[in-house]
Amino acid sequence: MLYREALNLALDYAMEHDQRVVVLGEDVGFYGGNYKVTDGLYVKYGPKRVIDTPIAENSIVGTAIGMALMGLRPVAEIMTANFSMLAMDQIVNQMAKLRYMSGGKLILPLVVRMPQGVAKQLAAQHSQSLEHLYASVPGIYVMCASDSITAFHALLYAIKMDDPVIFLEHVLLYGMDFPFEYLEGFDPFRARVLKEGKDITVVSYLKMVHDVLQACSWLEEKDGISCEVIDLVSLRPIDFETIYKSVKKTKRLAVVYEAPKTLGLGTEVSARVAEELFYFLDAPPLRIAGEEVPIPYNRKLELLAIPTSERIYHQLLSWSKNHGL
Amino acid sequence: MSQTLAEKFYYLMRLGREFEIRCKEEYLKGNISGFLHLAIGEEAVHVGAVVGFGKGDIFCPYREHVLALARGIDPRLIMAELFGKITGVSKGKGGSMHLYEPKMDFYGGNAIVAAHIPHAVGAGYARKLMGEKAGVLCIFGDGATNNGTFFESINMASLWEVPVLFLCENNYYAIGTHISRSSALKEIYLKVRDYMPAVQVDGMDVFEVYEAVVEAKKYIEEYGKPYFIEALTYRFEGHSMADKGDYRSPREIEMFKRRDPIDILVRKSLKEGWLTEEQIRIIDQKVEAIVEESVQFSLSSPEPSDEELYRDLYCGVCSDVIP
Ligand SMILES: Cc1ncc(C[n+]2csc(CCOP(=O)(O)OP(=O)(O)O)c2C)c(N)n1
Ligand SMILES: [Mg+2]
Repeated sequence: MLYREALNLALDYAMEHDQRVVVLGEDVGFYGGNYKVTDGLYVKYGPKRVIDTPIAENSIVGTAIGMALMGLRPVAEIMTANFSMLAMDQIVNQMAKLRYMSGGKLILPLVVRMPQGVAKQLAAQHSQSLEHLYASVPGIYVMCASDSITAFHALLYAIKMDDPVIFLEHVLLYGMDFPFEYLEGFDPFRARVLKEGKDITVVSYLKMVHDVLQACSWLEEKDGISCEVIDLVSLRPIDFETIYKSVKKTKRLAVVYEAPKTLGLGTEVSARVAEELFYFLDAPPLRIAGEEVPIPYNRKLELLAIPTSERIYHQLLSWSKNHGL
Repeated sequence: MSQTLAEKFYYLMRLGREFEIRCKEEYLKGNISGFLHLAIGEEAVHVGAVVGFGKGDIFCPYREHVLALARGIDPRLIMAELFGKITGVSKGKGGSMHLYEPKMDFYGGNAIVAAHIPHAVGAGYARKLMGEKAGVLCIFGDGATNNGTFFESINMASLWEVPVLFLCENNYYAIGTHISRSSALKEIYLKVRDYMPAVQVDGMDVFEVYEAVVEAKKYIEEYGKPYFIEALTYRFEGHSMADKGDYRSPREIEMFKRRDPIDILVRKSLKEGWLTEEQIRIIDQKVEAIVEESVQFSLSSPEPSDEELYRDLYCGVCSDVIP
């Protein structure tokens, strides 16, 4: 099942079972969504529940908050995370604060979905990965999905939750086909161990997970190094328990992410592991991440700006060689 | 007067059209990538505005090839930018949506809808403060006028008396969403009429756009205050190459194509004797050669070196004005 179809299925399922669920965003209705995630919903549920909005990101989230306060369960789509910067007031100052400031009286069952990341030559204003901004804000949950199974189950879970959730997708995943099955009791707050291994724990999320899996299979085949690959579904909170358990076994941690290295999500994961498991470690934690630049248009430079499976492979290899593997 | 103008309009609009048709071909060949927004069908607005405005700064959105060409930026440098080459106007770092040439007062494309509108207001404020009269031309789509930034900028420009010409190219769509589904007012100029002079023009007629802009420019220079023009137009292609544009009925597209701005210009100019068939033929040949040359230039230009990745991030110097 295509990633975008899995997201569509979650929305459809939720809308069918709960009249309070509404979808809103730019081009989500009649047009079916810029990445076709909401395709077909407009015909099925009508313009009152699948709402085409003007280009007004801050007020899209703002009105969704108002709807949620009155008992609807809005799922707002922001066309890409880049444009969600226009909605930072509503997300950070409002959505994340209202419940706490009201002493728990206000309830905000709200999901804000958005894709992010480098696609192909969309240049600096259309290519950012911004998960760390949201993951640093108490009061919201941040989830993301790396394949169709997670996309469906995590999004459905997010819609069911009575708390506000930022739901991150990756532009390159939409058209990718993944195996699909329905799971009982899916818990988005548990990280997924996608591959067991004994030498290195590699933590990642979203699209990078697939590049990591590729790099790790090369490491195993060519160099006999065995990696345990962990896919984070929730970025706030992070499932450190699963990470710690794995690192205690492998004694080495690497985190791979597309955003610039400085203050990215891997910075937090590395710091926590260093704080908690310092004496277990055989190597300093490694972050393989984006360069400290806006994403350039030129394809060659663009690929230099973010980790690729080849570069992940080489960096993991030289780091593990330097640290006793 | 009209003769030289007609010739200039025809040259720029034909250049814009052929340049973008070639962009499309090069995109399909894989020489151009990313988001490529074509202004085919909207040339009268872009050319009429830039020529009519004359001297002054330009701020515009991502659909800006024709605006850049009309401003006089070398077509080779624009094409090379789309090819991602180091010889491009933005060294291959910006691509189609990010053409900048401050030496020609061209402050470029912006990929965030409406984000450049306050830039234009600030620029106009600065120009006025520095005693310059020319003012700023700010272009944006119908969709952008639903954004808070737009309303904030209109208010500030009016309040501060800033010399900006706000030019809305209303092509009735914001990607796949028709204006009737996104804007409470269908006549966009009505949104600002209480803040500044605001008019609506036929954006398929370059003479009409030009005359309105000249009028606006006179007002801006004389009073140092903002002015608003809504130009009704249509994009013949999808929103970008990633969009087929099939949410519009073939009938609707046909109807607008019958009002192709280049045909309108040619018909009128031939009838009035402003242009001859011979002149048109000569311009067509010239344009063909220029476009071909821009592609050859781009093909033979080098890629940026790896060091370019970290170049241009900061300029790293301080002003020495403050002791
Ligand atoms: C803040 C922001 N939101 C959404 C987008 C995605 N987007 C790009 S162009 C566009 C439509 C703009 O329509 P309009 O202003 O009418 O310009 P047109 O393309 O029709 O000239 C949208 C929604 C964006 N680039 N920036
Ligand atoms: Mg438009």
